[in-house]
Amino acid sequence: MSNESLVSSGEANEHGYRPFTLGGFHFDRDEHFVHITWPTGRHEAAIEPFLKALMRDVAWNFFYGTVNFDAVIGTLNHYGNVDLFAGRFNQAYREAELDHTENFPHDEIKATFEAMLGDWVNESFDPFAAPQETGSAYGLKSGANTAAVTRTRIAANRMVGLPDDEPLRSDESGYPVNRMFADVDQTEPHVEVVPGFESEVSAFNFFAYLSRSDVTWNPSVVSVCRDSLFCPTTEEFILPIIHGNDRVEWFVQLSDEIVWEVEDRDTGKPRAKVIMKAGDCAAMPADIRHQGFSPKRSMLLVWENNSSELPGQIARGEAPVVPVRF
Amino acid sequence: MTRAGGVGTGRPSGAPKKTPADECIWNRVQQVVRWVQHPHVRNIDKGGVPLSKYTTVFGSLDHFEKGGVEVINDDPKNYVFSNMFEVAKGSKPWEKVAVAKNQEYVLEAIRAEGTSEWRVTPHDEFALVVDGEVVIELLAPTAPLVDPGASGSRAVKGEPEGSPMGTVTAGRGHMTLLPAGRCYRMSAAKPSVVLLQTIEGPDTILRWADICQKF
Ligand SMILES: [Fe+2]
Repeated sequence: MSNESLVSSGEANEHGYRPFTLGGFHFDRDEHFVHITWPTGRHEAAIEPFLKALMRDVAWNFFYGTVNFDAVIGTLNHYGNVDLFAGRFNQAYREAELDHTENFPHDEIKATFEAMLGDWVNESFDPFAAPQETGSAYGLKSGANTAAVTRTRIAANRMVGLPDDEPLRSDESGYPVNRMFADVDQTEPHVEVVPGFESEVSAFNFFAYLSRSDVTWNPSVVSVCRDSLFCPTTEEFILPIIHGNDRVEWFVQLSDEIVWEVEDRDTGKPRAKVIMKAGDCAAMPADIRHQGFSPKRSMLLVWENNSSELPGQIARGEAPVVPVRF
Repeated sequence: MTRAGGVGTGRPSGAPKKTPADECIWNRVQQVVRWVQHPHVRNIDKGGVPLSKYTTVFGSLDHFEKGGVEVINDDPKNYVFSNMFEVAKGSKPWEKVAVAKNQEYVLEAIRAEGTSEWRVTPHDEFALVVDGEVVIELLAPTAPLVDPGASGSRAVKGEPEGSPMGTVTAGRGHMTLLPAGRCYRMSAAKPSVVLLQTIEGPDTILRWADICQKF
């Protein structure tokens, strides 16, 4: 894994796992749990959901806004540096003044989390996979799954399938159709190109492309209109993090159904349930946090505004909380 | 969500591929082997058997189910909740109705029916057919027809002069690039729906109060 020199770690414990330290935070794992301590408290979490959350945080480069691993632990992205916190978005911790936050340079926390995934994910476990498509995360140290935890996030420059851009997926390239999308039509569009326009006349089967995704809850960029990014993803079971928005985000449900639990971003108080079926479009306001539940593997189009103006607007409190008023 | 088929206990006759039922039997065999080797370790299989067949549910003009916002302590308007098929059902052919907006960027639900006007776009747009079939003709205009710094596509008067670039016949789930600076025209023999990734332009229709959940 990269930047090992930035990682503070130690000898493996009796379970075979190395401990990791980030400032005042200390991380240990055993057969079942991660044990996290900081100067004013401690937290235990089941190792499987913790590793799934950690995987998303690393793969998404700390994402937009807050990535809550659970009701206590999480990260807040300042784009260049990152807060690691305990209890910061938990009203009880805040009121008891037991919350704790430390800020780290992006590269240091990234390298530490990557090293933790490298050491703590066993050979049989894939943190991106749906529950029935992976082995267990629990037990004593047993090998590693480097290929799974170092997958690069797919990001098209213009559109998937164009010459010199991200390739389409196929059986041959190692992306078979997922068992829950076996009925998705795999026919490609009929494209007639006048010679000389090969780099501009392009179309592909977007639904077939998604049906061959080997990961869950992991948006990848498929088409780019200036700063408007189509980031579709296939979802099954539960979003492993609770995403706290710092900007408006949009969901377009392309197939099947997801139920979103929406809470106040800062206190965690429930605000709404959003039930999304095929064809539904909904915004997630910039002051909420949300977690999705997908009973069958479904196709979700996550639509993001990646404008470089936004972090400044967010820091100054100028970014809109809701996309439109009517 | 609709699920078809029973649990994976039936094996389709003559199927050469490993079916979920085969997987299940194989898992069972492995479990027994492990149990004999390690009698103190129990219940190390993966739990219940998955369905043998799943049905993926897409929406269409003719059939869609709409979800919604169930409020606990909130205003449903904050979620700007609509359904693109319902929107297209209530639209005139080729109306560009925004179903999502993030600052200047929009997603438009377009009812494709008959033949559209020619349009020119200053930036890349992406047309995702979500119902039916749409033929998209692309043309490179002889002279620039739009300021490359502008936002959103605009109509071209009459037939633009230029070189044909090609044609895409796109069915449900197919995405087509509408390249910057180029002209396009769409046609659909039967009512179809396009979701367009673009920027708000002179012809974008904003009718949130009509299309979104208010209560
Ligand atoms: Fe999110």
